Amino acid sequence: MHFEFQVEGGNFSKAGTASSQLKKILKQLNVDSRDVKRVVVALYEAEVNVVAHAYNGTIIIDIDTEKITIRIEDEGPGIQDIDQAMQQGFSTASEMVREMGFGAGMGLPNIKNNTDHLTITSEVGVGTQVNMIINFNS
Amino acid sequence: MKVKDIVEILNARVVVGQNLLESEVELAFSSDLMSDVLTVETENLMLLTGLANLQTIRTAEMSDINKIIFVRRKKVNEEMKRLAEENDMILIECDYSMFKASGILYQHGVKPVY
Repeated sequence: MHFEFQVEGGNFSKAGTASSQLKKILKQLNVDSRDVKRVVVALYEAEVNVVAHAYNGTIIIDIDTEKITIRIEDEGPGIQDIDQAMQQGFSTASEMVREMGFGAGMGLPNIKNNTDHLTITSEVGVGTQVNMIINFNS
Repeated sequence: MKVKDIVEILNARVVVGQNLLESEVELAFSSDLMSDVLTVETENLMLLTGLANLQTIRTAEMSDINKIIFVRRKKVNEEMKRLAEENDMILIECDYSMFKASGILYQHGVKPVY
């Protein structure tokens, strides 16, 4: 199964709508609730990152019986140092993002903890691509 | 402990989700940082938070949390109410500080997640 969602940068009232829709889809597919939580937590953090940092983004999802593959591509400032961004506590988030309860430098570590495979590529001034795979019943 | 008893001892108000007043609460987690809430793996817990915006409700949705107490006199807005109703959640407003509300619940046997 294939799904695509658009994410609008800066629009916090819509942040999480793609994750919410995916949660409903996974529940309908009878995916184990622990796997559903891992998937939606990882995607939600990624969605918040796009809203917080980028101008716009696209989420591309492929689901088969064994796993879910998610690719998030954004147009935005990019990440200067991915290793540094992966460190817990490192953040470049604005005051507004912090007011939303995020921006404490936990988003990428949270994504890593909930995925079986994670790769991030980025070009400064162009955008970022996040690829994640979560195996079901692992 | 039942949600209705928690509402009473915290001198709190139910904003939405009266149908969950009879449900049981065994565990609670207190945080204003939503990324921390997202790290909690335990299911069926109550969230105490001073962060009142739409992302609080979204975070609860992703974390399978359906009971939220807003401490420090924080108010639930209409958008939050709508999303909570969609997800069958109970939202409670409480005038106490996070420390006081958490302390009272702990005293009454509500357990921490860790």
